[in-house]
Amino acid sequence: MEPFATLRGRAAPLMRANLDTDVIIRIERLTQLGRDELGKYAFEAIRYLESGRPNPAFTPGHPRFAGAPILIAADNFGCGSSREGAVWALQGMGFRCLITPGYGDIFRNNCFQNGVLPITLPADQVNELAVLAEQGREFHVDLNQCRIRVGDHQWLFEIDALRRQMLLEGLDEIALTLRGDEAALAWQDMDRKRRPWAWPDKVATR
Amino acid sequence: MSRTLFDKIWDAHVIDDLGEGWALLHIDRHLLHDLSGPPALQNLADRGLPVHNPELCFATPDHIVSSQPGRTGDTYEKGRRLWAGLHDGALANRIHLFDLGQPGQGIVHVMGPEMGVVLPGLSVVCGDSHTGTNGGVGALAFGIGSSEAVHVLATQTLRQRKPKRMRITFKGNPGPAITAKDMILHTLARLGASAGVGHAIEFAGPVVRGLDVEARLTLCNLATELGAKMSMVAPDETTFDYLRGRPFAPAGSAFDRAVADWRALVGDEDAVFDREEVLDLTGIAPTVTWGTSPDQAISIEERIPDPALEPDMGRREEYRAALEYMGLRAGDAILGTPVDWVFIGSCANSRLSDLRAAANIATGRQVAAGVTAWVVPGSEQVKRAAEEEGLDRVFMEAGFAWREPGCSMCVAANGEQVPPGARAVSTSNRNFVGRQGPGARTHLASPAMAVAAAIAGELTDVRRL
Repeated sequence: MEPFATLRGRAAPLMRANLDTDVIIRIERLTQLGRDELGKYAFEAIRYLESGRPNPAFTPGHPRFAGAPILIAADNFGCGSSREGAVWALQGMGFRCLITPGYGDIFRNNCFQNGVLPITLPADQVNELAVLAEQGREFHVDLNQCRIRVGDHQWLFEIDALRRQMLLEGLDEIALTLRGDEAALAWQDMDRKRRPWAWPDKVATR
Repeated sequence: MSRTLFDKIWDAHVIDDLGEGWALLHIDRHLLHDLSGPPALQNLADRGLPVHNPELCFATPDHIVSSQPGRTGDTYEKGRRLWAGLHDGALANRIHLFDLGQPGQGIVHVMGPEMGVVLPGLSVVCGDSHTGTNGGVGALAFGIGSSEAVHVLATQTLRQRKPKRMRITFKGNPGPAITAKDMILHTLARLGASAGVGHAIEFAGPVVRGLDVEARLTLCNLATELGAKMSMVAPDETTFDYLRGRPFAPAGSAFDRAVADWRALVGDEDAVFDREEVLDLTGIAPTVTWGTSPDQAISIEERIPDPALEPDMGRREEYRAALEYMGLRAGDAILGTPVDWVFIGSCANSRLSDLRAAANIATGRQVAAGVTAWVVPGSEQVKRAAEEEGLDRVFMEAGFAWREPGCSMCVAANGEQVPPGARAVSTSNRNFVGRQGPGARTHLASPAMAVAAAIAGELTDVRRL
């Protein structure tokens, strides 16, 4: 996973509550395309008009936000389906950092798994940042300091230490967990005795 | 210290305390389907890693396969690759596979409890947000993304942060026409689509105790739409009776041993929840959604709300956009809204009791001209049991199509879509923009209300039929 430490650039505002992962990426794009091909289909239902031309109401699609690495959104962003492709689609649009008052739980986990930083701030602060984003101001995000800076102003955010370390170092969770596999195996041995009913006795046959 | 049911099950699965509320959790069951399963198995193979515990993994195709009568894995041609990926990946890794036409095939969250694969007190994951459905039998079940699924395949564990505890208690007397679907849509309207974010929900109270297991599964299924990754109902005699004799449930003395353990799965009486909600269901009416988020729900007797009255900016914009997408006007009655499609199915409402309730309304009546109506049973077992009771004939005589088990039009991943601009009443769980197909307009409702809409050709109150 690509490490995340600092980021600078514009932020695109998209202030509509409860934007679900079905809207972020349609299911058939996931079944028919590779993960690197999803960017142009992100938000397609609200990003394009029926004619296929850009929908002027979709702010992140405006030319002045082209290449913006930050997306600012309203509450409960990424609710709904667990599809990790929603994160890949956002990455395909160029986003590496999100700022919202809240996320769908699974979506938020998926962000961390892909080196995308999902920052949570109180709604009034997100609204302030959305205004600055609209003005085209440059944002500085610093994960070491857990700080967003725009001009002379700064906003501090919180993040779990484990998550922060994973992002900063770009760690692979699976390799990390497998290093402690002995503990898992010992737990399983204990559990087979404690809860024999939890272990199916039917084995799949080839 | 007093603990909730959720605390007890969580604690029982902690292999390692990682600090700050994080834990390395053991995963007792990993369910795989044809959408998220094949890429996860492929990723594992690419890493050169084996499946850690194949005996704890159970796979079935549901999302990408056609529901057309007589279908095979490649009836939906664009889904063939994923269906074959699940099939081959399961066989190569010695994972239990319930394939098309076999008992056990079906929507993964219907399969789990019905096969006895999911049991009280187990930790269960699946690359699917509606995995919390399995909490209806008292399991600690939650959805995960693809990366996490690979982690579970490789290690049989997950790194998770413990969520907060929330209890929703239903009291009062909801009346005989009110189903679990109405109760949970009502709850969504009251609490909102993010009420459960970061929480594990326990449904409690006398109303919940009186529900059968399938209704509890419906409740937990739509708790996902409250934003809760996991939700549960404490297991009781109703649960144990439901599980007895299921193919993968323990049998004989092992079952008795299990029940003895399961009886301990209750929260301490003085356990404290981080959030408590008590809803009085007396007098609630059948409930439907009007917008593009499952919390945009009203009783069938109400009028469509006005976005201008919403104080929050993001919410106001959400409501405005929802009305525009749905082609509805604030202030109009929802009753009498014309309907083009009706879909009865999905992990919310496709079990035998749902189909019985639907058939009960359909008996001796006819689907209105101009309405296309489908019944997609949740699983091969549900399908066979329904056919044994003659429910398929009831539906077909009334003008419904009777199809093969799977997710079908709930998520429209298999090409089965509601056409653009068409209005559907669906027993599923999501009315998102484009969910049932680009431009499709979805109203969520109970099976009885969906059949009533099919017959009337418009949204109607099933109690008036």
